[in-house]
Amino acid sequence: MPIYQQNAEILRTEILTDDVFRFSMKAPDIAADARPGQFVMVRTGESMDPLLRRPFSVHQVAEGGLIQILFKVVGKGTHAFSKLQSGYSMDMLGPLGRGFEYDNAHQHYLVGGGIGIAPLLFLAKKLLKKNEPSTIKVFLGARTRAEIDVLTDDFGSMGLEVKSATEDGSLGKKGLVTDLMAPILNESPVKVYGCGPYPMLRAVVDLCNDRNWACQVSLETIMACGLAACLGCAILRSDLKGYVHACKDGPVFNADEVAWL
Amino acid sequence: MAVNLPDLKINIGSLRLKNPVMTASGTFGYGEEFGTLVNLHRLGAIIVKGISLLPRQGNPPPRIAETACGMLNAIGLENVGLERFLSDKLPFLQGLETPLIVNILGDTVDDYQQLAARLDEEEKVAALEVNISCPNVKQGGVAFGTDPDMAHAVTKGVRQHFSRTVIVKLSPNVTDINVIARAVEEAGADAVSLINTVLGMAIDIESCQPKLANVFGGLSGPAIKPIGLRMVWQVAESVSLPIIGIGGIATPEDAIEFLLAGACAVQVGTTNFINPKASEEIIQGIEEYLNKKNMVSIQELIGRARQA
Repeated sequence: MPIYQQNAEILRTEILTDDVFRFSMKAPDIAADARPGQFVMVRTGESMDPLLRRPFSVHQVAEGGLIQILFKVVGKGTHAFSKLQSGYSMDMLGPLGRGFEYDNAHQHYLVGGGIGIAPLLFLAKKLLKKNEPSTIKVFLGARTRAEIDVLTDDFGSMGLEVKSATEDGSLGKKGLVTDLMAPILNESPVKVYGCGPYPMLRAVVDLCNDRNWACQVSLETIMACGLAACLGCAILRSDLKGYVHACKDGPVFNADEVAWL
Repeated sequence: MAVNLPDLKINIGSLRLKNPVMTASGTFGYGEEFGTLVNLHRLGAIIVKGISLLPRQGNPPPRIAETACGMLNAIGLENVGLERFLSDKLPFLQGLETPLIVNILGDTVDDYQQLAARLDEEEKVAALEVNISCPNVKQGGVAFGTDPDMAHAVTKGVRQHFSRTVIVKLSPNVTDINVIARAVEEAGADAVSLINTVLGMAIDIESCQPKLANVFGGLSGPAIKPIGLRMVWQVAESVSLPIIGIGGIATPEDAIEFLLAGACAVQVGTTNFINPKASEEIIQGIEEYLNKKNMVSIQELIGRARQA
């Protein structure tokens, strides 16, 4: 598939919490080809500091050639990005990497933690094209209600069952996202799609192994190019004998392809 | 509009370049990765990721860290190895008009000789760039780049086994780069390229640990341009070999500075990560600059800043 470099105009900015933002950017070629789980590399400013692009998973593709990005301010790049207003254009590369693989013969469990929920909305939309809403369950975890309030509504408005857990108990169950899944002992074929912080994913993978559920995870690493040129985004393989790369072999991996240390 | 395009052609030994802008090793994969983003035929040359005899898995992560106007990397020379390069990567590169330069690395002089001998059989390989300067591996690599006798031995070994252009890539992490440059000139190199990355580090003050698993890494990007430029100037003083300038080149203006300092060609490195089209823009920019200055050939630029 071709990779496009487009000057993407920011058409809409939403401030979800004091450090979580959602931008809608016009990038028709990228939007036309993007699949759930893929990502884009975006320049976050005009200056050479910060120097590198930032990777963002595609949160959603919308009418009119829009790519939506959901991001949290974690450093210089995302800070600069969050300050941009509608009307600014930023250079975007994409769509990049390997996305989620899905079929229609499974129960689908979408499991997201914090900002890792981003790519799951796009996945849910695609799944709904060929699957009944009753076959899809969404499990969301966060520190506190504000982080996932809007997202809970987004999934809910698609007719999906959403279960939430927050560490402070401000929304849903008090605890971790895996606490929501623990009581489920589904023996029909289940596919789990996970995205979130590493400890959460490791817990999800353990749970899936225990129940023989297929599991794919979207992994996040530091990344310079996104194009398999720098080889900076190495992740240890499950055989411990070498590395896969998040930008090309991932960011979505079958859970058994990578090491869980 | 009848505009005479300025002549950008450059020869380095037997290597014929249509323009002086190449993509630096380790920043452009094996070319194919950039195929849909860049007009590969437009480039002066493509230098592929460094190849060793056997595949290398590279260093543990984290391998990169961003710094002010630059980045540190400690990839550890991860590469597919000679055989897979020849079977999987070379066929795509064969289809390009653009000259191919293969960067080679090894642990012993014999490794380098074997690589040179095998690649000499591939007509498409127009030149070798001998990596004696990677700062990120404990054995080989940098040891050859910091000791003039070893640099000489490696260069001589490659020279004896490769019939076309031999370029030696120099490290800035030495007391006197001129000593190394003179040693490789003496050993029969056709050209030198410089600089490789500058050894550096960064520490995460939250975890109180180095940001790179390897602790040290090579600094690249615009932050190192003044160092590269200074070293090109110095080496131009001490050897008569053609010099290929490297170090934080992001714009046509950067490239022109290196040419004025005495480089006959340049490599674009880290900038490929940020703007894949940079090399094409730099070629175009050099052309426009020559037109503006009423210069008919790139030759008029090379080393011009050195003339009083």
